[in-house]
Amino acid sequence: MNNLGTYVLLLFISGILLFALIRRTAIFDCFLEGAKDGMQNAISILPALIALLFAVKLLTASGITEALTHTLSPLLKKIGFPAEVLPLCILSPLSGSGSLSAFQDILATYGADSYIGRVASVIAGATETTFYAVTVYYGAIGVKKIRHTIAAALCADISGFILASFFVRLFFD
Amino acid sequence: MMNYIWPCLILFSIVFSVFSGNVLQLGDAVFTSVTEAVTLTIKMLGMFCFWSGIMQIAKVSGLTDKISKLLSPILNRIFPSIRNDVETRNAVAMNVTANLLGLGNAATPLGIAAMRRLQAHSENKSVASNDMVLFVVLNTACIRLIPTTAAMLRHEAGAAAPMDILPATVLTSLLSCTIGLIAARAFEGRHYE
Repeated sequence: MNNLGTYVLLLFISGILLFALIRRTAIFDCFLEGAKDGMQNAISILPALIALLFAVKLLTASGITEALTHTLSPLLKKIGFPAEVLPLCILSPLSGSGSLSAFQDILATYGADSYIGRVASVIAGATETTFYAVTVYYGAIGVKKIRHTIAAALCADISGFILASFFVRLFFD
Repeated sequence: MMNYIWPCLILFSIVFSVFSGNVLQLGDAVFTSVTEAVTLTIKMLGMFCFWSGIMQIAKVSGLTDKISKLLSPILNRIFPSIRNDVETRNAVAMNVTANLLGLGNAATPLGIAAMRRLQAHSENKSVASNDMVLFVVLNTACIRLIPTTAAMLRHEAGAAAPMDILPATVLTSLLSCTIGLIAARAFEGRHYE
């Protein structure tokens, strides 16, 4: 079960190659052609990525996560959301590596099969690094005015946190 | 907007670190962040090349068309304006497929290709169109059928059944993604200049 991701990956690649073989596609030529495009895309996002990582690293190093957790936990206790998961919620839209280590911290401290551990697992499994995706997608194609993207994406993130605690209670209590 | 958010974030962090006593950590972060961005790009360089190559095979062989047709009832509803543009719908379909399968590394280069196609539709190239916003939100709140990484870490932490979070994860991501898309549609009018 834990190797499921590997199987999906290998099945996906073999599926594409088999289909292309049957259709007599010029597979190797196509690969080189596509890979060349990919290279340009990767380079074009570097400036935006430096800008994002710089701001995010400073923000997380400033100790804001701990301060926010401390301030907001009484409020969260009232609506039944486990405050212990809050560091993960704050980091998950900002930083992929940061939220991963916050998630591991929670699992190690409270156990994977506790209520807190499960809510954290669902959040880690159901959310993406919002600011990273926004930076990469718009950075690559040179869009400067991103309008309501962040507002809508954060709506999805926040509702995801609340829904995670709701569904864990629904399925495991 | 980024012209304000970015400097404010940095200035806020610097001021806050003075009060919280984390000034030295902040100094480290200045250097590590830049190096990390370069390391990340080099890592992505290989991934982008590989997946763009594989997907070019899928495209030329006609597999993309088949997957795109399969997803078209949903995609046409989310992006009505690309209904008649098969190329763009194909690009969006491949990105969504990679997301569903949890192949994040493949989803990103495919998503950039789709963004380029969407950009071709908009008049002002430096402003995000409604479709572009919808597409990015779809990716930030992607529906994932298999929570691979989370399950792996749960296994390492000694969970009895690491995949038991799957129903809750699928429902959570499905609903939060829907809410994100509704929010994107709802905010469209207000932010137009």
